[in-house]
Amino acid sequence: MTNIHQFEVVIVGAGGAGLMAAMFASRTAKTAVLSKLHPTRSHTGAAQGGIGAALGNLEEDHPDWHTYDSVKGSDYLGDQDAIEFMCNEAVEAIYDLEHMGLPFSRTPEGRIAQRPFGGHTNNVTGKPVMRSCYAADRTGHMILQTLYQQCLRNQVNFFDEFQVLDLILVKGAAAGVVAVELATGELHIFHAKAVIFATGGHGRIWEITSNAYAYTGDGAAIVLRRGLPLEDMEFFQFHPTGIYKFGILITEGVRGEGGVLINGEGQRFMEHYAPHVKDLASRDVISRAMYIEMREGRGVNGKRYLYLDVRPEIVNKYAEIDGRTRPDGTPYRTTAQEILTKLPDIIEFCRVYLGVDPVTQPIPVQPTAHYTMGGIPTNQYGQVVYDEKNSPMPGLYAAGEAACVSVHGANRLGTNSLLDLVVFGKHAGIHAARYARGVAFQDLPADAADPVRQRLDEMLNRTGKEKTAAIADAMKAAMFHHVGVFRTEEGMKEVIEDIRALKERYRHVHLDDRGKIFNTDLLNAWELGNMLDLAEVIAASAVARQESRGAHARQDFTKRDDVNWLKHTLAWQKEGAIELRYKPVVITKFQPKERVY
Amino acid sequence: MKITLKIYRYNTEDGKPPHYDTFVVPDAEENDLVLDLLECVRGYQDGTLSFRRSCAHGICGSDAMRINGRNYLACKVLVKDLGTDQITIEPILGLPVLKDLIVDMNPFYEHYRSVLPFFMCPDDPVADGKERIQTPEERERYDDTTKCILCACCTTSCPSFWADGRYVGPAAIVNAHRFIFDNRDCGAEDRLNILNEQMGVWRCRTAFNCTEACPRDINITKAIADVKKAITTGKIE
Repeated sequence: MTNIHQFEVVIVGAGGAGLMAAMFASRTAKTAVLSKLHPTRSHTGAAQGGIGAALGNLEEDHPDWHTYDSVKGSDYLGDQDAIEFMCNEAVEAIYDLEHMGLPFSRTPEGRIAQRPFGGHTNNVTGKPVMRSCYAADRTGHMILQTLYQQCLRNQVNFFDEFQVLDLILVKGAAAGVVAVELATGELHIFHAKAVIFATGGHGRIWEITSNAYAYTGDGAAIVLRRGLPLEDMEFFQFHPTGIYKFGILITEGVRGEGGVLINGEGQRFMEHYAPHVKDLASRDVISRAMYIEMREGRGVNGKRYLYLDVRPEIVNKYAEIDGRTRPDGTPYRTTAQEILTKLPDIIEFCRVYLGVDPVTQPIPVQPTAHYTMGGIPTNQYGQVVYDEKNSPMPGLYAAGEAACVSVHGANRLGTNSLLDLVVFGKHAGIHAARYARGVAFQDLPADAADPVRQRLDEMLNRTGKEKTAAIADAMKAAMFHHVGVFRTEEGMKEVIEDIRALKERYRHVHLDDRGKIFNTDLLNAWELGNMLDLAEVIAASAVARQESRGAHARQDFTKRDDVNWLKHTLAWQKEGAIELRYKPVVITKFQPKERVY
Repeated sequence: MKITLKIYRYNTEDGKPPHYDTFVVPDAEENDLVLDLLECVRGYQDGTLSFRRSCAHGICGSDAMRINGRNYLACKVLVKDLGTDQITIEPILGLPVLKDLIVDMNPFYEHYRSVLPFFMCPDDPVADGKERIQTPEERERYDDTTKCILCACCTTSCPSFWADGRYVGPAAIVNAHRFIFDNRDCGAEDRLNILNEQMGVWRCRTAFNCTEACPRDINITKAIADVKKAITTGKIE
């Protein structure tokens, strides 16, 4: 039997974007939040170094500078109207979070503390600017906790450990979702006027990743299977500093506090790749530089890692060479105590996972799959748009990492992910509630849960011998090696063939668990299906784009090509194939020019 | 290296009483997380094994479990940390087991919600519309308790909680502390009244298990002492 619930607005996902949407939607509309995890387990909590906003608490800064930096960071693929909107909204968004009780770190004067971050600059001098508002190195944790707490205060309806498996569309508009309750295996229909997907990214498609196990692209895959396109899926960010082998994130804030990257010959190398901002260049630039260093034999001990060095004597040595100063003009010099205070979790991660104390030893790092720039196409109100003309689908919304507004274009700047989810989560919530007020519930089809039920039954009754984990491991390795930091046509075509072969094997996956209660065997298999669908879209979008832009770096097309490729990819899944179309980039103030750091 | 895992199993659907299953992971490495071993077992040996996990690096708090008799996050303990090739894994104690290593967290969350774990005066006007001013010293006063990830390692290692599940438990007190000692907040009195009730802080017998179990290194016993002192003296210092 199927349980039926009715809410005006249904939000899928309870990370920063989903909770922000819930706070605002629930003020005027009957709202429910569905999450496959308990909300505080969401991956927003893993964000470390800060949230960007031109508060100017420590030095001159302007939302216009933030806008330009983000446009440049996006390698001109971000839509400039949306970026400007986000950067202007940023300042108020930060004050809103503070008013909700978010425990930001503080300046000596008691204002919100800010630190430098990659790609954020003073647009006059070109030097790094302190724009990242932070709470030590656990800013995402504080945002997630604060938003969840305020949702509790506002008595938002939560359905924890409900995994959404399908979107119900009626007459070209959203009408609800189908979910499975993990504790019982029961299917539930959530009848809705508006649905917001805030389901996060899909970094688990790659072998070395900073992403949670939960990051399997569920929302994007559901939307894709319901006939809607995904945007710019070839753009996936590799963060330069993941803990070697584990992939665990080491925040860019480490370099903001003066840490430097060092190769196996003991040399700082970023000055050769980004002479102006060096270790605070954009993430795509640094990840590529690291790959080149390793390829040319300058990895540490000949291995696939480099050092991130934040020992006070090293920080101070390079701060002196760079002539870095504090806001009051005194030379920048740090101490072990300051590093411990500003980066406590990083110090702890290194001690626990590596047995390394960053105050006395350098940290072995390698680039790690980190962030989904592409996703479900939306406008700045969070409305899902489904064609080249940006036509909105009534009642359907997406926000946060699941969505592609696009404010990150080909490469996201650090601190803009938290900003994205706070700003666009809020506006998706407001717009969805307003939309819901103006429309009636649509009639649901009698068989709304049937497609899901049939698919689950079919999966549970397969007689094949394939293992979910083995297929997943093969997918992750193929994607990491050929659709990673550097790409070639040959490698990507090979991956497309691999993924198709893996999809065939997937049809014969054997499940050990045939039960109803917390059937994690079934859910892992389901999620692998989502990732395989997305991996194919990613590889197909990537092989088609014959240029290098932002995180999409082709060894066979090494230059950006604005004549042919200054456009967004839209990818549909049609009868087993991927169909690609393109739509223009919105350019307002900043004409594309060469991107140097 | 070869690791032998003895894992607690319970599933109402298979009709068997609770028991232990033994699995051997033949090619484990000393830097593997216990979570990696569990994934290996579920992925390649027995797909019916059930446990929660998400971030895999000690931040989300999903995978609290009892490992060789002590509460850990499975993603924050390495094989080499345990100093043995025999690992016993059981669900955390004091909460009903739903399946294998998955417990019903609702009683834990209810205690958390009972202490009003949210900033109480978000709508207070701030004169210039900007942030409230809070000095680094004022911010530091409650820093330690902001780190809580609600994993339940502390509460489910507490003998007082085992003895009586109505005790609000250390995690709830930690989350109350985070707001009581935040000078921007205005709900301290309400929270102190709640914690002064029969099932509040006075059930704490300072066994220190909570502090030892906390994967975030929160000095929980001190936080509880702070709250007790605030109730006794009527002052928040």
